[in-house]
Amino acid sequence: MRKYTPKDNVQGKAYYTDRFWVAPSVPRSDVSEDAHFAALLEKIKESVAVKESYIQIGQMVVHIHPKDNIAVLRLVKEQCDYAMCTEISAVDYLAQDGEFEIFYQMLNLKKAKRIRIVTRIKEGQAIESAVPLFNSANFAEREMYDMFGIVANNHPFMKRILMPDDWEGHPLRKTYPLQGDEAASWYEVDKIFGKENREAIGPENRDPARIDRYDTKRFSRVGYEVPFGADISAGEQKTEIAYSDTLLANYNKSSKQLDERR
Amino acid sequence: MAQHQVNYASAAGLPVALTSVDKLINWGRSNSLWPMTYGLACCAIEMMATGASRYDFDRMGTIFRASPRQSDVMILAGTLSKKHAEFTRRLYDQMMEPKWVISMGSCANTGGMFNTYSTVQGVDRIVPVDIYLPGCAPRPETLQYALMMLQTKIRKESADMNKNTKQNLRTL
Repeated sequence: MRKYTPKDNVQGKAYYTDRFWVAPSVPRSDVSEDAHFAALLEKIKESVAVKESYIQIGQMVVHIHPKDNIAVLRLVKEQCDYAMCTEISAVDYLAQDGEFEIFYQMLNLKKAKRIRIVTRIKEGQAIESAVPLFNSANFAEREMYDMFGIVANNHPFMKRILMPDDWEGHPLRKTYPLQGDEAASWYEVDKIFGKENREAIGPENRDPARIDRYDTKRFSRVGYEVPFGADISAGEQKTEIAYSDTLLANYNKSSKQLDERR
Repeated sequence: MAQHQVNYASAAGLPVALTSVDKLINWGRSNSLWPMTYGLACCAIEMMATGASRYDFDRMGTIFRASPRQSDVMILAGTLSKKHAEFTRRLYDQMMEPKWVISMGSCANTGGMFNTYSTVQGVDRIVPVDIYLPGCAPRPETLQYALMMLQTKIRKESADMNKNTKQNLRTL
């Protein structure tokens, strides 16, 4: 949990802000520290241009140009035993760099080694699909399209996978609000009842703890129960709370005294 | 045969019970509430436990049916995503009148902890709910109690469903 900071008098105490705070990053080490990764990197460098490479938490990260992605994946799959592509996804850096970062997480089962092949594309740019090499890329690239709007060229079935087909927007982009945009907030109402019934249903209640005291269609106060939909703007009558006898029964007191010593 | 013979003239009176049609019909309805076999998320595990031998829904005449056309009660057990809301409503529409809805658990009641873009913020946005069950997930006893509350509600209602005050979503 975050540390609690009192917010009752923020103005008076704003003598320090984390304005120049930089998020800590995982330390990087040189590829030459690991013989296996060093040899692999040499092999990759023979065929394609490598922008950047380093080791993070025991995994080699290789930054390549987006047009080389299939060439690198084929190389590591067919010649270097990286036979499994465990994950493909993207990170939204549009605000920071105007780019998406796409990564391919690869696993070598023989050597128990993992590498990450990273590439960056601009918004609206497409990437070549990895489905001919890895079947696992099928769903992963569909999810990438669904969540970020990144299209994979020559994908056999480029369609949304998690969100409905008529959904608007791509939810994992940083510009997408967590609680949904206008279209998302009315999605199920529009779909089931039609746009004309938005008024009757009303907007979403994003604060479940909020109770409208005069809304007797949903809840009534305990001890002040009124009929469904009654108007209580003029005040309501108090009704005594009655408990059933079974609820008030004393189960500790037995009618039969089985043990005489008690 | 003689020992089973009914003594009509005994002090207990004639074997006749007087009642109203409403009570008779509601007696039948409330004691054979058939919920739909329909689980959305982890609350469905508790719903299954309630139906299984330890808690035993069957003794209340509550038998899970695999078709909405044979069901009276829809227990919405779990998180309802916006993608699925359409199908939930379709299942509800396929159920025969009279029908009732139990909203089981925090997610179904209000969206619960899923205050996100993809979750319906309370199933009462798409179907009229009769009983709201709190809990995450509610214990089987809670679901049993909710069913008993629903039975009580049905017994109070008129047998003619058009006379009952229902939530406005039914007419949409």
